[in-house]
Amino acid sequence: MTILVTGILLGGTYALIALGLTLQYGVARIMNLSNGETLVAACFSAWLLFTTTGINPLWGLLIIAPLGFVANGAIYLGLLRPLVRRATSQGMLEVDSILATFGLLFLFEGLMHLGFGGAYFNYQFLAVPFKFLGGSYALNRITAFGAAAAIALALYLFLYKTRMGTAVRAVAVDPEAARLVAIDVGLIAAFAFGLGGAITACGGVLLSTFYTFNASMGAVFTMKALIIVIMGGVGDVRGAVIAALILGVMETLVASLIDPGLTLAATYGLFVLILLFRPQGLFGGAAG
Amino acid sequence: MSRFEINLMLLAGIAITCCAALPFMTEGFYLTLAVNIALYIALCTAWTLFSGPTHLVSLATAAFFGIGIYATAIGIEYLPFPLAILCGGLAGALFAAAVGAMTLRLSGVYFVIFTLGLAELARQIVTYLQTKIFGSIGLFVLTDHTEGDLFYYLLALIVAIFVTGWLIGRSRLGFAMRVIGNDELVAKHFGIEVARSKIILFVISGGFIAMAGAIMAPRYAYVEPASAFNATMSFMVVIMALLGGTRRLWGPLVGVVPFTIVTDFISANFPEHINIMIGLAFLLIVYLLKDGVSGLIDKAMRTRRGTRLQGAKS
Repeated sequence: MTILVTGILLGGTYALIALGLTLQYGVARIMNLSNGETLVAACFSAWLLFTTTGINPLWGLLIIAPLGFVANGAIYLGLLRPLVRRATSQGMLEVDSILATFGLLFLFEGLMHLGFGGAYFNYQFLAVPFKFLGGSYALNRITAFGAAAAIALALYLFLYKTRMGTAVRAVAVDPEAARLVAIDVGLIAAFAFGLGGAITACGGVLLSTFYTFNASMGAVFTMKALIIVIMGGVGDVRGAVIAALILGVMETLVASLIDPGLTLAATYGLFVLILLFRPQGLFGGAAG
Repeated sequence: MSRFEINLMLLAGIAITCCAALPFMTEGFYLTLAVNIALYIALCTAWTLFSGPTHLVSLATAAFFGIGIYATAIGIEYLPFPLAILCGGLAGALFAAAVGAMTLRLSGVYFVIFTLGLAELARQIVTYLQTKIFGSIGLFVLTDHTEGDLFYYLLALIVAIFVTGWLIGRSRLGFAMRVIGNDELVAKHFGIEVARSKIILFVISGGFIAMAGAIMAPRYAYVEPASAFNATMSFMVVIMALLGGTRRLWGPLVGVVPFTIVTDFISANFPEHINIMIGLAFLLIVYLLKDGVSGLIDKAMRTRRGTRLQGAKS
């Protein structure tokens, strides 16, 4: 039971990270492998804000999320849009964007490594026990889960209840058809890429409240987010949330019952099962 | 065989002879550098066998390489070194077949993502097996092979890879791959078994990479998972191969030599900046050198030929 709850609490944060990635890939059609670096940058920003000015990470979200939006939007407009324009086919864009975002991954990781070194960081925020369903959990994990759920809900409402959100979903379904109904596809793609960055940054801030982080962990989180996105089905908000919870529980199970060194192996096991049996995602239709 | 090809083979023969003389002329730093260059030539060319025609960025290199290292580390107790290398190749090929069968039937993104964490996965599993079942983390590889010996083995491997690549280029498989590379849908309509062709190529490429790992094992002396499965290697191979260009069999050569030297210099003098360099190299390739240096050379030759033709006409 403790494992289940811990896993779900962890999965809540994973969900945000994966939602950011699925927005970027599903709408802007860019497989952003440097997504994990946004996450790590957000962790460090939250740490800096908290340790230097004592700003509560939850308020820090209000500063860091817009920064994530602007930074990712700028990356899209400045670096990735030229690739979209020059690509003659989807396959070519895929290869180009994978290589370009690899470049960004290494570049940002190298820069953060220079800035902060390879050491592990953490800070004490709400590190008090909280009794719940017969188990005892750190309050910061519960707060992070609550905040993640609130942000995911806000995103859901935005995508499904507003005009702008509908436009975003339209581009995700078919950019060509979206253009026909007078949606500025370029603008929406840039917006979605920035929004994805902001959501991932939120995930990073929340993660930093209870997780020990360092400059070079970005790639591992990108990997987890990618697997969640594929498991949930590309561009599928509900799918990503459920897949993230499954992954969180799975990881916690393996880490506490078998060996903490095997969490990635657990993730991969899940990935292999998905690839073999449901490559279109948990809730995807026949088209894959 | 065209005159160009005969010239090329003569050139290759001379180059190989020169290289073979190298260990007699130098030792220490330059020989180590030469081994590194030979290693990356083998890795990049083997990588290009698969990733060149399919345009699928494989990041599995480090995983295959590590498997090769472990094959030697375990096999050297019972087998002569060349046989251990072959076993390494076989193990790599089997692993490639398993990975390929799972991922290459689906769209390319899945393959890239799957290979992204493969080295890390292998590292975790090997660490787990060693600590839980065998009780120790590392393995000793004690041989009396010098750097010079490794250099010859690598040279032989490079020749084998080039010959294989050349044979594939002339075979039905090579032709099928060119069609797939241009348009997969067309290939399917011709009755080419797209997934099977890709898997075969991936197996060949993975086998060679594992053999390179098996050859390099004596250099490690003490093998442990963290050093055998070094994920950075996968990225270095991608950069070098793309920098050189993947349209030609010899393309990666052009990228490997300068990049190995630059990497060696930077990791010796500015070890903190190596990731920044890798990042910038990726961006350079995507934005400025789309077809690599060999693509530039091809283009230059084409324009020269073009102007010569025009000159002849007027």
